[in-house]
Amino acid sequence: MNRFSYVRPDAVAAAVRERASDPGARFIAGGTNLLDLMKYDVEAPSRLIDITRLPLRDIQELDGGLRIGALVPNSDLAYDRRIEERYPLLASAILAGASPQLRNMATTGGNLLQRTRCVYFYDTATPCNKRTPGSGCSAIGGINRQHAILGASEHCIATNPSDMGVALAALRASVRVAGPDGERTIPFSEFHRLPGDEPQRDNNLAADELILSVDLPAEHFAINYTYLKLRERLSYAFALVSVAAALRLEDGKIAEARLALGGVAHKPWRDEAAEELLRGQPAERASFEQAAGQILSGARGFGENDFKIELARRAVVRALEQAAAGTPQSQSDKRVQ
Amino acid sequence: MVQTSTAPLPSRAYVGTGQRRIDGVSKVTGQARYAAEFPADGLLYGHVVSGGALANGMIERIDASAAEAAEGVVRVYTHENRPRQPWFDSTYQDQVAPPGIPFRPLKDAKIVYSGQPVALVVARSLEVAAYAASLIEITYREEPFRTDLAAEQSNAYVPPEKRAGIEPPPPDRGDVDRALAEAPVKVEASYFVAAEHHNPMETHASTVVWNDGKLTVYDKIQGVVASKEYLTEVFGLIADDVQVISPFVGGAFGVGLRPQYQLFLATMAALDLQRSVRVTLTRDQMFTLTYRPHTIQHLALGADRDGRLTAIRHEAVAATSTFEDYQEVVVNWSGLGYRCPNVAFDYKLAKLHTYTPSDMRAPGAATGVYGLECAMDELAHAAGIDPLELRLKNYAEEDANTGNPFTSKQLRECYRQGAERFGWSRRSAAPRSMREGRELIGWGMATGFWEASMQQTSARAILSADGRLEVATATADIGTGTYTILAQIAADAMGVPIEQVDVKIGDSSLPASPLEGGSWTAASAGSAVEKACFGLREQLFHHARAMEGSPLANEVLERITFAGGRMAVANDPSRSVVVADVMAALGLEKLAAEETAKPDQDAQENYSAYTHAAIFAEVRVDEELNVVRVTRIVNAVAAGRILNLKTARSQILGGVVFGIGMALEEQSELDHRFGRFMNHNIAEYHIPVNADVRDIDVIFVEEHDDKVSPIGVKGLGEIGIVGTAAAIANAIFHATGKRVRDLPITPDKLLRDGDDGVSSGMARAG
Repeated sequence: MNRFSYVRPDAVAAAVRERASDPGARFIAGGTNLLDLMKYDVEAPSRLIDITRLPLRDIQELDGGLRIGALVPNSDLAYDRRIEERYPLLASAILAGASPQLRNMATTGGNLLQRTRCVYFYDTATPCNKRTPGSGCSAIGGINRQHAILGASEHCIATNPSDMGVALAALRASVRVAGPDGERTIPFSEFHRLPGDEPQRDNNLAADELILSVDLPAEHFAINYTYLKLRERLSYAFALVSVAAALRLEDGKIAEARLALGGVAHKPWRDEAAEELLRGQPAERASFEQAAGQILSGARGFGENDFKIELARRAVVRALEQAAAGTPQSQSDKRVQ
Repeated sequence: MVQTSTAPLPSRAYVGTGQRRIDGVSKVTGQARYAAEFPADGLLYGHVVSGGALANGMIERIDASAAEAAEGVVRVYTHENRPRQPWFDSTYQDQVAPPGIPFRPLKDAKIVYSGQPVALVVARSLEVAAYAASLIEITYREEPFRTDLAAEQSNAYVPPEKRAGIEPPPPDRGDVDRALAEAPVKVEASYFVAAEHHNPMETHASTVVWNDGKLTVYDKIQGVVASKEYLTEVFGLIADDVQVISPFVGGAFGVGLRPQYQLFLATMAALDLQRSVRVTLTRDQMFTLTYRPHTIQHLALGADRDGRLTAIRHEAVAATSTFEDYQEVVVNWSGLGYRCPNVAFDYKLAKLHTYTPSDMRAPGAATGVYGLECAMDELAHAAGIDPLELRLKNYAEEDANTGNPFTSKQLRECYRQGAERFGWSRRSAAPRSMREGRELIGWGMATGFWEASMQQTSARAILSADGRLEVATATADIGTGTYTILAQIAADAMGVPIEQVDVKIGDSSLPASPLEGGSWTAASAGSAVEKACFGLREQLFHHARAMEGSPLANEVLERITFAGGRMAVANDPSRSVVVADVMAALGLEKLAAEETAKPDQDAQENYSAYTHAAIFAEVRVDEELNVVRVTRIVNAVAAGRILNLKTARSQILGGVVFGIGMALEEQSELDHRFGRFMNHNIAEYHIPVNADVRDIDVIFVEEHDDKVSPIGVKGLGEIGIVGTAAAIANAIFHATGKRVRDLPITPDKLLRDGDDGVSSGMARAG
């Protein structure tokens, strides 16, 4: 871990100024990922800008939806009554991730910015394009059971490890950010990016922008939803594949569908064509298999992770079945419904 | 058979009951100090720099100038500037070292495994040391290396020099080829066990306190004697100048049997700087220490139509390093587990450019019995016989490897009680025949074996005038409950409340004890402590009898009981003496006895001593998604006398959890391009979490054994893991009809088409 300076501004504008004045600076809130990365010398910030004093801890009503302050801890969010009642998909996805201790520390904004769990990214002795652009991707031809099957590039096959983000993708949230020139809102699907030839960039946030809130739209799918996460042990592991599914049913038919995958790509993976395929279809297995086929149509494996294509297909079908039946996956009982 | 004591058996107020850990409060309140927690004046902190992503080659250039210039850095040691002393050429082998040349950090520019220590930064704070370490620039010249066990199978060899204490495979018996050719029922398969790292909660650490050339060393070690001997032999220190202390060990599982490199580095720096130095390893550096070797096994079993075994061939190729031939007992179990006239063994090593593997909980047995017990399940399926019935049909009444009888073997009773508790008789034989909703249910079982042994151990007992009893031996408590069982034994031996007993262990100045390992500590340290207490009894009795007007006059020790602080004549409690009165009358402040307990020669030569277990497992597997849940395990254990029902149960629970990890989760994954274990943290190296562990039912089957050790104890540290992975793998077959012969059984392997073969898990990119 390197030496760094530390500031703790009280206002958003001051925080953004601090960041803009020092390209080596990093914001820190819960620190659940950044501190690890610093200990591994993956991140070596010259300055830490502690944003925990900023007034971004509230959950507010917003045009029928909710505005979630960037500093709302994951655990507060998951157990907030409004979230539990109106956006249980989000609550479920959060509780599928990490541990209670980590969720107590981790924040909403920080969750969006957590970095991949690729073992090569964490080991500075090995090449990694995300860590050291141009050094090569060790996961290609290496240990890649956890890695991407969708949207990867020849430069990087890392995955985004967030569970919360998968639900936010399905819910079509948006991310409100502040920069030196003011605020802007980024649709969630455009927040994270694919690796392409710049795998060092996880998202489209500018270097001097700060997340203010995650905004949830009014439509919330409180009845027919599920978050199904498959991993290498029953809890406290990153997803091999996870599925956020939400349906609005009318007369046994699907009036509206939302589908997003985690653990399979550099970003929470949504495919509007798959959602479109489901619209108007009967809520039954054949429809779900079609949608699964669509969302995975571009999938390719890299050896160890070949199995994820079939696993994801099955998981999508099961998740849609759970959602259609109104029997969401429990995050405490590990039996898959 | 054993050395019989002249005294009547002590009362059993504590032994055999469930007692809380006497060190529990100190642990949960943070009073218990571990190796990295002992303070010292002017302490310096060392941070180890781990080598790069190559497993063979040379350090061409190492530039530590920026690190040395960092404020707060005291010294950076590399192979170029480490103190030149003759001891660097020492070939001293630590107590459980396998044949070969032990690794010495910073010895030269040679890289022999990926992640080996290549520098030590010593600074005034841990943070500065870690920061400065990141400033060191190293360039390497890479040479070819091999870390792919599957690829190295063809170069495997029978280790020419045997490791002390490890029984090589016994001679083959009968004619296996012929028996297999003629067997109407046979199975043949290969099994793979992944490399595993021990991952105790406490990472390795040494605090070396320098005091005018004398060292007090706080070390994470499974036996202070090993560290002390290492320091005197490797550094040429005088025994009187070194004291090693290790009162608490935060788990070890075998990784603390050999002094690890942080002890060397901390001591080197302390001697050179004449300062106190602490070196603590990081979690990822724990993956640069020793590991359970990945092993490829090939088994062939033949039987007659009734399921009677006619042939067993058990072959194994295990990983070792380029510089040591680590060996464990992998295949021998197939010769003693069941009755079988034709058995052939083959145990080979393949050299890999990794660090040397070492003992990890039930070394060899966890691996070999997994293979044997899966093969037995396959044979049961092929013969159409219930797996439990197959084991009973082939029950071994004697150890066919030696021809010796067992000191005791209540395995049949383990099978009976375990099966009854589990409800095994309700099992439907066909795979995929039990289900609930979308989940397939599978029931599998296996047998567990582990050797029961005892090692020579000394102990001291001191009775004080105020009634406190102190017992002491240099052994370690690695979390197993040694403190508590020794207190129980001592309290019973002297007839005093357990609250009056103080237990001192983990200090090289105490009476000698071997390493804590092999499941022998309870039997060894326990017997020594009891013997020392018997020594006290004898002294007390002789003093009491000699007192004027003694009610014990003309009595013999054999007729005296010790209870409630009194010595009394067995059949005439009216004739008694208060122990404290004897001490007072003689003006004794303290009375001490030191004794050495040894294993019985005759029993060792003429009997085989093993613990046994029958493990029954239920898994539920989602049919489509292959999510495996281990919902129920019953483990029935026969291990001689059980000293403490509570800590004994915990030992078995821990072993079973280890087995769940072995079956489903644990694997240290090598990338052969870097010769490196890549998932070197416990986010990516998966061990079971609470959700993975459901009902575990432990049964202790009553077993009297008057030969295995003076106190009839066999030990429990390893038996819980042995067979567990096989029982789970067999249950998964029963649930799904798929044989995955490649541990751990991760979701990808279950999803793969077909039901066969050692999969790609052991053949990473090359």
